[in-house]
Amino acid sequence: MKKIALLALILAVPRLWSQEVPYFVTYSHHMEEPGSLELESKTAMDKPDAGNQFFGNSVEFEYGTTAWWTSELYLDATSTVGESTVFGGFRLENRVRPLLQEHWINPVLYVEFEDINEADKSILEVVGHDGKSDFLNNTSETRKVKQRELELKLIFSSDAKGWNYSENVIFEKNLNNSPWEFGYAFALSRPLGLKASARECSFCRQNFSAGAELYGGLGDRYTPGLRNTSQYLSPVVGWQIPNGPRLSFATSFGLNDYSLAHIYRVGLAYEVGQVGSLFHRKGTRP
Amino acid sequence: MNRKLFLLLLLAGVVPIGVVAENHGQWIARVPAQDRSQSNPMATDPSAITAGKILFEQHCASCHGEDARGTGRRPSLHTSRVHRATDGELQWLLRNGSLIHGMPAWSSLPEVQRWQLVRYLHSLDPDPQQQQ
Repeated sequence: MKKIALLALILAVPRLWSQEVPYFVTYSHHMEEPGSLELESKTAMDKPDAGNQFFGNSVEFEYGTTAWWTSELYLDATSTVGESTVFGGFRLENRVRPLLQEHWINPVLYVEFEDINEADKSILEVVGHDGKSDFLNNTSETRKVKQRELELKLIFSSDAKGWNYSENVIFEKNLNNSPWEFGYAFALSRPLGLKASARECSFCRQNFSAGAELYGGLGDRYTPGLRNTSQYLSPVVGWQIPNGPRLSFATSFGLNDYSLAHIYRVGLAYEVGQVGSLFHRKGTRP
Repeated sequence: MNRKLFLLLLLAGVVPIGVVAENHGQWIARVPAQDRSQSNPMATDPSAITAGKILFEQHCASCHGEDARGTGRRPSLHTSRVHRATDGELQWLLRNGSLIHGMPAWSSLPEVQRWQLVRYLHSLDPDPQQQQ
């Protein structure tokens, strides 16, 4: 009954279609619309050569606190074939745009607190010396290892001639007295059609976007650099169904022996417009 | 070190609030002259208003209402201010938003789609009761 009520609530509020970039790892400077809630499921899957096939899922609740401040909650879960399905933990993040107008490059400050365990395989970022060996240990053991981490990102992003270019620099610290770890993510994407059609259509070129992500670790405070780090190149495609969900797909190719050979990614997002207005007193303003 | 970091983050969050303190609607004074005088490349496209209306329904109607007459605290766009604004001014507003007042930036939309939206916005009749 509660599920039906929740579904009815979601369908009753206005749906919003925001033009999102189809990235899985990289953040752009595009914020969630104020008062809107985006629900997104991101799944990463692979079968490491010497390990079991896994499905790492992250469910994301992204809320536009204001037009320049977006808050998110992630809930992670991982299922490993032949082992078990475990709750991977949660992440709380906030993104703030310090400059309130568009520039040729737009910075965003990102702060995240993670309370996850080592069984988490959602691979939402790659930092430090993360590598394929992290995916070989048995879930029953890794789930016991807690990781409380602070993650800071400097996000830079630009829009030009239909393209989005985004660059992220990642600083992550396990609060259990571990050194700072570093990572990066670059991405670019473009809608297949720039001009909007004068008829409603699901398969118009403007609803599809394509691009690529490049991301990886940059070592840690004591051993910075590319040595013993994993690196990935990932073509991405996205399909925004008008007034419906947004689908995105990617295959990340490992660029060195330290990386997983492939990571297959699927994303499904649905945006609910003006959820915040349900909690505000109605008023009029010209 | 941690305290410095905390202060930096706090500043980063607080500065935008202090920097922009202006009345709703004063965005128009901030539009650079170069943007203000831009002409609409979709001005002669016969389908631009229809396409702009679809874009409006997809991106804007959840705040401004299906009929663009506003919802709750979100303003109506049937105003003389919108009607009088140049194409360039409206396109600038769509690109930059007015973040401090809750209007998001739509730079994620390709520029040509913003111009199509501008055509639709200018097709709205100003409501005599809406002075601004």
